[in-house]
Amino acid sequence: MLLAALGTFLCLPSLWAQGNQYLTAEAPEKLVAKRGTSAEAKIAVSIQPNFHVNSNTPSAAYLIPLKLTWTPGTLEPGEVVFPKPRMEKYEFSDEPLSVFTGDFNLIAKFKAPANASQGPGIMLGKLRYQACNNNSCFPPKTVEVRLPFQVQ
Amino acid sequence: MSIPRVGAVLLTGFVLGCVIYSWPSAKPVKAASLKPDAERHAAPDFALKDADGKTVRLSDYKGKVVLLDFWATYCGPCKIEIPWFMDFERKHKDQGFSVLGVSMDDDGWDAVKPFVNDIGINYRVMVGNDSTAEMYGGIEALPTTFLIDRDGKIAAVHVGLTSKSEIENGIEQLLQKPAGASGGAGHVSLPAEFVGAR
Repeated sequence: MLLAALGTFLCLPSLWAQGNQYLTAEAPEKLVAKRGTSAEAKIAVSIQPNFHVNSNTPSAAYLIPLKLTWTPGTLEPGEVVFPKPRMEKYEFSDEPLSVFTGDFNLIAKFKAPANASQGPGIMLGKLRYQACNNNSCFPPKTVEVRLPFQVQ
Repeated sequence: MSIPRVGAVLLTGFVLGCVIYSWPSAKPVKAASLKPDAERHAAPDFALKDADGKTVRLSDYKGKVVLLDFWATYCGPCKIEIPWFMDFERKHKDQGFSVLGVSMDDDGWDAVKPFVNDIGINYRVMVGNDSTAEMYGGIEALPTTFLIDRDGKIAAVHVGLTSKSEIENGIEQLLQKPAGASGGAGHVSLPAEFVGAR
C-alpha cells in the first residue's frame, strides 16, 4: 500500500505533464537590446511525441493556428518567425495538414524604443496552440513565455 | 537500508503506482463492447440550448438509446465520425434512438452554426461548457462518444476516433433491449468511475 502511494506520488509529475500540456516552451535566454535598436529572442518549443499542433498557417480556416502574442511592455513586439511547417497526412484527414511536430524554434523580434528606460525587465508572452494525435484532438491551450531582457 | 535497496523500493513503488493510476476502472473505458448491465452508471443530466435556443435535457430522452458525442469544429477525427452519426440517426431514429452532439468549441455558436449548416447535421447539436464536460469526467480528448441505454445509463465510452461498425454494433445491441433491462431508472447522478478521471 505504502509502495503504491509512493509510486503514485512519484508518477504524478509525468502524468500531470502529459495530461495538461502537449507543447512546452523553454524559458528563453535574456535578451539584450540597445535603445533604438532591434533584437530577437529564440524560443525553443517541444511537442510531445505522437502529437502535432497546427502551424501558424493551418490548412483550413476552421483549424486553430499556433500563435505567439505579447503583453504590452517596454519592448515593442515585432514579427514572429516560425519554421517551415510540415505537410503531414493523418488518418482522419483527406488532405495533408500544415503542422509542427517535435522540437523547433520560434524567433520573436523586438524593438527597444529610443526612449525606453534602461535596465532589466520581463516581457510576457502567450503561445496558443491546438494539438491532436492520430485519433483525437484536444482543446486549445496556452503556455506562458517569460522573456527576460536588459535595455542598454 | 542500503542505497540499492532504497532504489529498488522506489522503482517498485513507481511501477506499481503507475499501474494503479492507469488501471482501466479509474478512467473512461475505451470499450470494445458494451459494459455489463450491472456495471453501468446513470448518465448525468444536462440542460443545454440547441441552435434554435430550445433547451435540450438528456432526461428528455429517457426510454431511448442515445449516442452522446462531444466534439469540436477544429477536430478532424470528429468530422470523420459526424457523417456516421447522421447515418445512424437516419437508420435508427424510428427504433427509439437519438444522437445528441455537444460541441466544445470555445467560440460557441459562431463556430458551430456555420459548420452544422454546411454539413446539414440531422440531429440536435448543443454548445457545451466546462461544467458539462466535468459531469462526464472532464472531457479532454475529442471526440468522446457515450452510448446511453434506454434506462439512461452509460453502456459504452469511446475516446477518440473509433470504427463505425464498433459504434453501430453497440447501438444495435442496446436497441434490442427494452427499458428496464439494465435495472433501475435513469436517475441523475455522477458516475463514480468518471470522477477525477483526468
